[in-house]
Amino acid sequence: MKRWLLWLGVLLVLAGLEASLRGLIGPYAYQITVLVGVNIILAVSLNLINGFTGQFSIGHAGFYAVGAYTSAALVKFGGPAIRGLVGFLPAIGQDAVLLLAGLAAAAIVAGIAGLAVGIPSLRLRGDYLAIVTLGFGEIIRVVILNVDSIGGARGFSGIEQLSNFFWVYFFVLVTIVVIHNIVHSSYGRAFVSIRDDEIAAEAMGVDTTRFKVLSFVISSMFAGIAGGLFGHFTMYLHPNSFTFVASFNVIIMIVIGGLGSIEGAVVGATVFTVALELLRKLGPFRLVSFAVLLVLIMIYRPQGLLGSWTLFKGRRKAAPKAMVV
Amino acid sequence: METFLQQLVNGISQGSAYALIALGYTMVYGVLRLINFAHSDVYMFGAFMGYYIANSTLGLALGPSIPGAILVMVGSMALCACLGILIERFAYRPGRSPSPFTLSFWFGILGAGFGQLLGGTLVSVALGALAGAVLGFVLEKVGLKPKPQSSHLKLLIIAIGVSFFLENGGQQVFGADPKFFPQIIPNRSIDVGGVSLDTQKLTVLGVALLLMILLNVVVHYTKTGKAMRAVSFNLDTAKLMGINTDRIIAFTFALGSALAGAGGILVTLMYPRIDPLMGIMPGLKAFVAAVLGGIGNITGAMIGGLIIGLAEVMAVGYGQSTYRDAIAFVILVLILLLKPTGIMGKGMVEKV
Repeated sequence: MKRWLLWLGVLLVLAGLEASLRGLIGPYAYQITVLVGVNIILAVSLNLINGFTGQFSIGHAGFYAVGAYTSAALVKFGGPAIRGLVGFLPAIGQDAVLLLAGLAAAAIVAGIAGLAVGIPSLRLRGDYLAIVTLGFGEIIRVVILNVDSIGGARGFSGIEQLSNFFWVYFFVLVTIVVIHNIVHSSYGRAFVSIRDDEIAAEAMGVDTTRFKVLSFVISSMFAGIAGGLFGHFTMYLHPNSFTFVASFNVIIMIVIGGLGSIEGAVVGATVFTVALELLRKLGPFRLVSFAVLLVLIMIYRPQGLLGSWTLFKGRRKAAPKAMVV
Repeated sequence: METFLQQLVNGISQGSAYALIALGYTMVYGVLRLINFAHSDVYMFGAFMGYYIANSTLGLALGPSIPGAILVMVGSMALCACLGILIERFAYRPGRSPSPFTLSFWFGILGAGFGQLLGGTLVSVALGALAGAVLGFVLEKVGLKPKPQSSHLKLLIIAIGVSFFLENGGQQVFGADPKFFPQIIPNRSIDVGGVSLDTQKLTVLGVALLLMILLNVVVHYTKTGKAMRAVSFNLDTAKLMGINTDRIIAFTFALGSALAGAGGILVTLMYPRIDPLMGIMPGLKAFVAAVLGGIGNITGAMIGGLIIGLAEVMAVGYGQSTYRDAIAFVILVLILLLKPTGIMGKGMVEKV
């Protein structure tokens, strides 16, 4: 009962912000705020694989792209039919149903892609996952470039604008709550045990491959949702937004904040996105300095800038410690 | 039949270039168990260095001739070897064990970048670099100490950072727009039974073969090569046996990077367009070649490179050229499913 009230309150606050924010901070800052939200979903979800399960994926942008294109395609080609089905709702309700349908499809298809990539590579050493995910991201991009009905090399335009601050931050909260609960459950303990010592985990009866694939699939699904939200916000998708650079950016976010810390991922995503915007004048040098920062953090402070600092201490169970890299 | 032979020639020359890059991945993996993501950017660096050497006064004076080509080749390989040693010394070694001047180096680079942005002259760049280096030195003296323990993931993330650094640094220093590599060898083409062999392809084949033979001699018949094999077999034991492992690792990086530089020049002989992000795709494919051959195995890398090159050229010749970049990864997934240790690889048992 109390929890429902809490969520209701959160929804009301988000709706209020949605109604007033654009006027309050201007369209440019509003857009950056929404992008920060999308990046938070990406970072928190990637952190489940890279930070909590100790595997190393560098192809998050691939799943992000799968989600973005799936959702956009569903809404574009199936939109009228879905609107017809829920014609009794007011326009805003129809939009919501359409967006949720798109995001559900995005999550499912991205999850299946995660499963397809995860099974062959997660049976092997961590290195292979890194290279397979990177390769997978490129394959996805090549395939999208070749499919003409979703724009190919021209980019996918004419996507309905359905997502906004309200929806993005609603899903930011959903992502954080879901990942937080997973990490604090028996599943989470299995993930962390694989990260800390895979052989010991296996000896204790943890089915390591199953849990690795599971964390990979969950993470991919959230990346898909982030993609859907992104596509329906910018109304235009191009394969070039989903190169390995996009994946590297997410890695920089979680390394800055600290691998294996949800708060760290949130802070890292926010700092990175905002800093990139503020430093736009510096041109390629801003990414040069972020790369140097990544190297130096790994050498001098491998636990990330925040380390195992946590905002919400579990009342009953201690939160898992951050990753010691 | 003639088309097939032609594709075979194309595939072998493409494949031998991949093999040269794959050698660097496999050697570094052999000694450090690390996927050196920066390797593909060393290859890009090699192509750019070749471009600048060929367009220098001396390079232009020699023109497309054999001495000119040797100058470009050797110069670029030497510069790549230096870059490889720098990467090892200031990024990977501090990740393994604390080493001095790390902060000075990176802060110096940041300082140089700021110098370029603020002043844009050589003096401002030098002053910025100096200021950064001094600041880094002071911070190091004050007590900013690296974490002593080494780990697999830490080195992997450092490698990604270095790769990202070189790509974006390349965009800042060389410019993001593509450049066209000048012709460094006289272009002639002979027709052998309907198959056209041009000087470019023959050079690629000849040079790649020569370098691979040289590498085999170095690895198998010199003392340093023996030390490399020892380090690759077991780093800790090699250290106990009195081998200066840091020096051998640096040597391995130099050797691998020089080969990547050569690969960069050879590929640009065939495809003369160069840009700061050009290394990523060939780098990934060369890594797949290394995995296909059995990572850590030098002969395997050569075989893997040839197979990838052939598969790619054949698939483009007889199928969909737009899917070219996806072929190597399909091969990768297939090997991982069927024989994860690769063609020449030995199974490794992970010890507790």
